[in-house]
Amino acid sequence: MSYFIDRRANARNKSAVNRQRFLRRYRSHIKRAVEESINRRSITDMERGEKVSIPARDISEPVFRHGQGGNRTIVSPGNKEFVTGDRLRRPSGGGGGNGSGDGRASNQGEGMDEFAFSLSREEFLDFVFDGLELPHLERKQLVDMREVRPVRAGVGRDGVPARMNVVRSMREAYARRIAMRAPIRRALREAQEALDEEERKDPVLRNPSRIRELKGEIEALEKRLEAVPFIDTYDLRYNQLADQPQPSNRAVMFCIMDVSGSMTQAHKDIAKRFFLLLYLFLERNYERVELVFIRHHTAAKEVDEEEFFYSRETGGTIVSSALGLLHEVIEERYPPGDWNLYVAQASDGDNWDDDSVSCRRLLDDKLMPLLRYFAYVEITPHAHQALWEEYTRVAERHGKRFAMQQIVEASDIYPVFRELFKRRQAA
Amino acid sequence: MAEVHVREGLDERQPSKGSDWSFSDLERFEREIARVAAQYRLDTYPNQIEVITSEQMMDAYASVGMPVGYHHWSFGKQFLSVEQAYRRGQMGLAYELVINSDPCIAYLMEENTLMMQILVIAHACYGHNSFFKGNYLFRTWTDASAIVDYLVFARRYIAECEERHGVDAVEQLLDACHALQNYGVDRYKRPSPISAAEEAKRQSEREAYLQSQVNMLWSTIPHPLQAGGEQEDDSNDPLRLHRRGRYPAEPQENLLYFLEKNAPLLAPWQREVVRIVRKMAQYFYPQRQTQVMNEGWATFWHYTIMHQLYDERLIDEGIMLEFLQSHTSVVAQPGFDSPYYNGINPYALGFAMFTDIKRICEAPTDEDRRWFPELAGSEWLPTLHFAMQNFKDESFIQQFLSPKVMRDLRLFALLDDDREETLEIGAIHDDDGYRQLREALSSQYALGHREPDIQVWEADVYGDRSLTLRHQRSDRRPMERSVHSVLRYLHQLWGFPVRLESREGDELVQRYQWPSSDTELH
Repeated sequence: MSYFIDRRANARNKSAVNRQRFLRRYRSHIKRAVEESINRRSITDMERGEKVSIPARDISEPVFRHGQGGNRTIVSPGNKEFVTGDRLRRPSGGGGGNGSGDGRASNQGEGMDEFAFSLSREEFLDFVFDGLELPHLERKQLVDMREVRPVRAGVGRDGVPARMNVVRSMREAYARRIAMRAPIRRALREAQEALDEEERKDPVLRNPSRIRELKGEIEALEKRLEAVPFIDTYDLRYNQLADQPQPSNRAVMFCIMDVSGSMTQAHKDIAKRFFLLLYLFLERNYERVELVFIRHHTAAKEVDEEEFFYSRETGGTIVSSALGLLHEVIEERYPPGDWNLYVAQASDGDNWDDDSVSCRRLLDDKLMPLLRYFAYVEITPHAHQALWEEYTRVAERHGKRFAMQQIVEASDIYPVFRELFKRRQAA
Repeated sequence: MAEVHVREGLDERQPSKGSDWSFSDLERFEREIARVAAQYRLDTYPNQIEVITSEQMMDAYASVGMPVGYHHWSFGKQFLSVEQAYRRGQMGLAYELVINSDPCIAYLMEENTLMMQILVIAHACYGHNSFFKGNYLFRTWTDASAIVDYLVFARRYIAECEERHGVDAVEQLLDACHALQNYGVDRYKRPSPISAAEEAKRQSEREAYLQSQVNMLWSTIPHPLQAGGEQEDDSNDPLRLHRRGRYPAEPQENLLYFLEKNAPLLAPWQREVVRIVRKMAQYFYPQRQTQVMNEGWATFWHYTIMHQLYDERLIDEGIMLEFLQSHTSVVAQPGFDSPYYNGINPYALGFAMFTDIKRICEAPTDEDRRWFPELAGSEWLPTLHFAMQNFKDESFIQQFLSPKVMRDLRLFALLDDDREETLEIGAIHDDDGYRQLREALSSQYALGHREPDIQVWEADVYGDRSLTLRHQRSDRRPMERSVHSVLRYLHQLWGFPVRLESREGDELVQRYQWPSSDTELH
């Protein structure tokens, strides 16, 4: 007796829990591997999983086992030229290799094997952003919310047919029918009883006109009973929706970069990686993330991504031009009530000396009140200049919402990023 | 006459649709295979054949084919390595995953061709299935009808423990039990069958009862003295306080059982978890001892059944060629010096042996008459069934490995003595070597030889509560370094110092200890 069962439609992730258990147990190993791989791979590459290796000895499950040594007899197949009594040299390399005849044991003996497996993209990013959070997500006040979302708000009598609540409507109809029929039924029953009583009487004592009258009444009542409608417009109920204000779930990220002559392509690559990392991070926290690229030398310009990273410009540097443009764009297109605003600025620190002061004023007075977070990275191995000092003063005033870090080479990016966004202890 | 029928037969009976399959194809072939199997008197449990996807197959692999199982990271590790190997194309997921249950659950992967599905049905649903039902080890040691229910019970119980005591606590306990699970089996005493309903019912009673047992054992009130006169008088112990018998009186082979009943500090739920791991180990114990036989038997029957289907013109040449290609790679045995060599292939050895038993019965040579006088010329089918039913790998090889098979596989024995400079060829496939070769191969499959012989020797009930195990060494084969990690796990379960003494004969050759005495470890 046999039967077939088609299980293909069943859940296929039966091992998901066990897989999670494994990742949880080797968290520290995996995190280390992920951090190494971030420094290795280009950030555009973030959109895929990662192969992770853990030393096999770290995850072995120990059991009582025989080790090497002692006196063993091993039977193997495939003899070609051996005859009884031949003596062979012991193969070198810790008993591995061909002659030992016990491949599995020698593999374990070496202890250098790696246990390799793949993380999915989601798991990979989870590890990348593990322990990080966006600063001040919680400060979105209901007051400055203009986004609304329809939510269910019970059942009512008005609405469009598409939103009709059939179950509730039928229940209303049923109740109405009971209510409307009850008196008619009662009258009908009384009339019927009167009629029966009349008819039970001796034929001599019957009142024919009364009988006629009762019969007529019964007929009329039955008609009325039938006339009670099965469903009436009065019964109809509709699901109601109400608009509810919603915390804005959109973010816009402004990338500001200095493209003056002093910024080399290497600088720009570092900046690009930083921006991409931030973008991926924002994307995990918001439903929608828009990007605005602003580049500047002496004048600022809003450009597309391609131009932002790859076109060549030369000239001096006036940072305030970019900040001014940033302010204009915000005023024009991204009212802070609807958008969470993030700014990431990358520069090599060069600026006209007297411009740095106006940058600080612009930030202090106009921009910081609107922004969620401003992150500044300075890509330079040299000493800081005026811009850094002025920004330090901004940072002192705005503390948690303004962050600045220095990046010297590509491998600093991820640590700096972690430093900027690491989860703060609740104050 | 057969030639005339070929074309006609094709029209109504043969699939000839190439490699696609449908459920009606499967059902039809399953019926035919069942009919052929019945001719050969293959007695099976009912089959529950599940069609699944490749991802589900990986899930099934990771849980050793079990339809349900408790959660543990080691299964996740298993899953990841299967997934990795499969993605790289290092491993097909095609063959036979079948578990010893009633009904017998087997899996067909949807990506497989029609030939593969037929092959798996023949191999798993009739080959392995009849082995599970017929072989004495499975009959004695496992209860096929209860296992799935027991798995459900185990999974639920362990999930409850995780809720009550935390995932980490349960995980650590399972780690420790898994390290000892090969020593969680009764080798000689037949276990009582497991029944999920009864387990669940008795489980709470058992908790209370077990705890009281343990409390008795560890109570500080001294037991009456044993009247053992073999110890000489000790002036330091005039009251003979230390003259009690050893506990346990006899060495115990089942470490997990001993811990479950006697570990002083385990909470009742922890004892139950130890018990679950022990029961699972017991369930898999016969499988570990019958690899060659089980695979050989199933392979022999898929080969025989496929040929019969072909002879009856139920499958065409295309399917047959595809089958032969697949079969050949399954029973391939690379030589020891091949880069593909990975030990002796149990499919190859088992298939060769069963095929050779049939040959010896049907067409014995003089050599066979000398070696197997009682087999030569007997009826092959009853002989084969007898061999399947009454042996395990160790004894099967000892009894039935014929000189011809040794010659065909070109077996040779290598003596590896670490006191010698060189390795020696002990025996090869010639008249002088056959017996020695067979002996050596047989012991290579004996669990008692493969795994270190370790038993509970003494629990110091009256003293420091330490636990001493004895390892009976043979041929000077030492323990692997992992012994330290295992002792650490043992210590977690026992709660007091644990020792392991390696003995060669009567001589103590090495002593392991945890926590180790030279370094203070906490």
